[in-house]
Amino acid sequence: MTERPEDLARKGWMSLLAKAPPARLAALLPDLPETALLRPAEVGSVMVRGRVGGTGAPFNLGEMTVTRCSLRLACGAVGHAYVQGRDKDHARRAAVVDALMQTPEAARIEAQVLHPLRLEAETTRTTRAAKAAATKVEFFTMVRGEDQ
Amino acid sequence: MTPEALTGGFAAPATEAAHAFRAALEAMARPGTLHRLTGATPPAPLSPAAGALLLTLADTTTPVHLAGTVDCPAVRDWITFHTGAPFAPADQADFAVGDWAALHPLTRFRIGQPDYPDRSATLIVELPTLSATGVTLRGPGIRDTAQLSLPEIAAFRANRALFPLGFDCYFTSGDMLAALPRSTIVEEA
Amino acid sequence: MYVAVKGGERAIDNAHAWLAEERRGDPSVTELTLPQIREQLKLAVNRVMAEGSLYDPDLAALAIKQARGDLIEAIFLIRAYRTTLPRLGASQPVETAAMAVDRRVSATFKDLPGGQVLGPTFDYTHRLLDFKLAAEGELPVAPLAPASPETVPHVTGLLDRDGLIEAAPREETPPPDLTREPLELPANRPLRLQAITRGDEGFILSLAYSTQRGYGRTHAFVGELRIGRVPVEMDIPELGFAIEIGEVELTECETVNQFKGSKTEPPQFTRGYGLTFGQTERKAIAMSLVDRALRWQELGEDFTGAPAQDEEFVLSHCDNIQATGFLEHIKLPHYVDFQSELELVRRLRAEAMQIQEAAE
Repeated sequence: MTERPEDLARKGWMSLLAKAPPARLAALLPDLPETALLRPAEVGSVMVRGRVGGTGAPFNLGEMTVTRCSLRLACGAVGHAYVQGRDKDHARRAAVVDALMQTPEAARIEAQVLHPLRLEAETTRTTRAAKAAATKVEFFTMVRGEDQ
Repeated sequence: MTPEALTGGFAAPATEAAHAFRAALEAMARPGTLHRLTGATPPAPLSPAAGALLLTLADTTTPVHLAGTVDCPAVRDWITFHTGAPFAPADQADFAVGDWAALHPLTRFRIGQPDYPDRSATLIVELPTLSATGVTLRGPGIRDTAQLSLPEIAAFRANRALFPLGFDCYFTSGDMLAALPRSTIVEEA
Repeated sequence: MYVAVKGGERAIDNAHAWLAEERRGDPSVTELTLPQIREQLKLAVNRVMAEGSLYDPDLAALAIKQARGDLIEAIFLIRAYRTTLPRLGASQPVETAAMAVDRRVSATFKDLPGGQVLGPTFDYTHRLLDFKLAAEGELPVAPLAPASPETVPHVTGLLDRDGLIEAAPREETPPPDLTREPLELPANRPLRLQAITRGDEGFILSLAYSTQRGYGRTHAFVGELRIGRVPVEMDIPELGFAIEIGEVELTECETVNQFKGSKTEPPQFTRGYGLTFGQTERKAIAMSLVDRALRWQELGEDFTGAPAQDEEFVLSHCDNIQATGFLEHIKLPHYVDFQSELELVRRLRAEAMQIQEAAE
């Protein structure tokens, strides 16, 4: 599949919503508009693949739980979501956000929901990276007598 | 993907798929019996029964072959969205959908291997009408005889001769479903 | 032979009730919560996810609680649960080169791009029981240091650049899936890796150890061991592009193996590969050793009869759920089988007795 530039932004928010803590997303967007379900929230699995040697042929590593949902807002905008885990509310809410992002509400949703989620995800990531960095070994070589 | 492709799936997938699966099972277990299969509203020209059958049986691991007029963007998108099934040429398909003429030649479809006879195709044959009249059927799942409005006889006799290999058939028309497994003996007219 | 037997229903119901009471233990002790298991018994959760072959820490925690800490029983519960899930698709292969690493060490190069990052490891602990943990209320804090935003390159990539190690060229052949098709031998390497990554840690560990002791020796160095998080991407047909559907923690081990060359291959380093869910380092290292040992045929090495080289032996016996299912079924009623054995032994004894008496 090839990505069009306009798909990149949508890929970005859908990916962010997939990994968002469900309780946090619910707190940022407590009220949901009326929607028509196109595909009700469904818990399933996705086979995660790795590559032999990290770079070679694909192989099946094991599954992960994923919940998906597709719905339509009254205005006609269609939202899809695939989120990690088994929380159907998470999937519905993520699909609503995806749909709203295609409406004039986009700027409000970006500020109210996506921006805080993005900041929090970034903080989690950098904090973990900083803890890892603190365990990086700084080698120093002992001066040996014959090197003088 | 068109908005129409996103509608027409099962409203309550768990129960409706279970009912449809039961109907599919009954139809195949008792060749010649007619069953009503509702809950799906696929885009034309796919029948509601064929649509419900695909929603129930097809998934990302079952390649589907569309033959004839059902091979159109609307049907393709609908199957993709609701089942995730990939599309494949006839000789790689687990399921093949189309009217009887479009499915020919039938020798294209997989008939399984002696050690894995289940690795064969299931044909979903769209018929203008479907009734428990016409050709006489005998065999497993049939007490004495049954009748079914098959589109022809020779092809099913040839398929029966391959047993335990061969393909299995569902017949759909509107919201009606019947089936003819490879084990059924189709009597000469 | 199996014969249906009735009459145990009340006993079974009562056994289940007692099991539930025993699971809870002394009611004066606070009940264990799933978040406690998920957060504080994380390595047990990781093992259950790796061998249960389903990445879901909350489910693994539930399984551990239900199984009263019996991890193989917990893995069994997860395997049973996963069969009830509709498969929504397969991900794109994860890019471990882009991993956000918690830990990354190499035993082959001291100084390397990205450095040696120890992470939350047991390695340099003294294995002395820490009685401070017996008291509650500790809230330890990890130090922070400025991190480089760059991703950490694979060590094998550095060797590959000089042609010193066999290449692992990218390809896109869809892999076989043993959760969908029964295992058929000979298995290709992707199928072997799937079997080993969900295989029993103890079994894979012992096999790997046997190669180190000379049963199919492969002279392995840990080229690189990395633990961290990678995003999982999947193509979404209704969108026409791929999105991230989540993030998983993985352990990856790449061994660099001495190889003098064979009838078919030039002298160069060869690879063994391990990739497992969660922080599961022992398993990933063991996996890479067993993977390398199983590659004797493609590399033109000799089969020495070592168990770790024997694909049929390894793949048929590495799954602890298959193993425990077949092993434990022998404790279930075999009354009729045993009755026929009993009659056979009695008859043979009677015949032997007659022959003896006739001889005397």
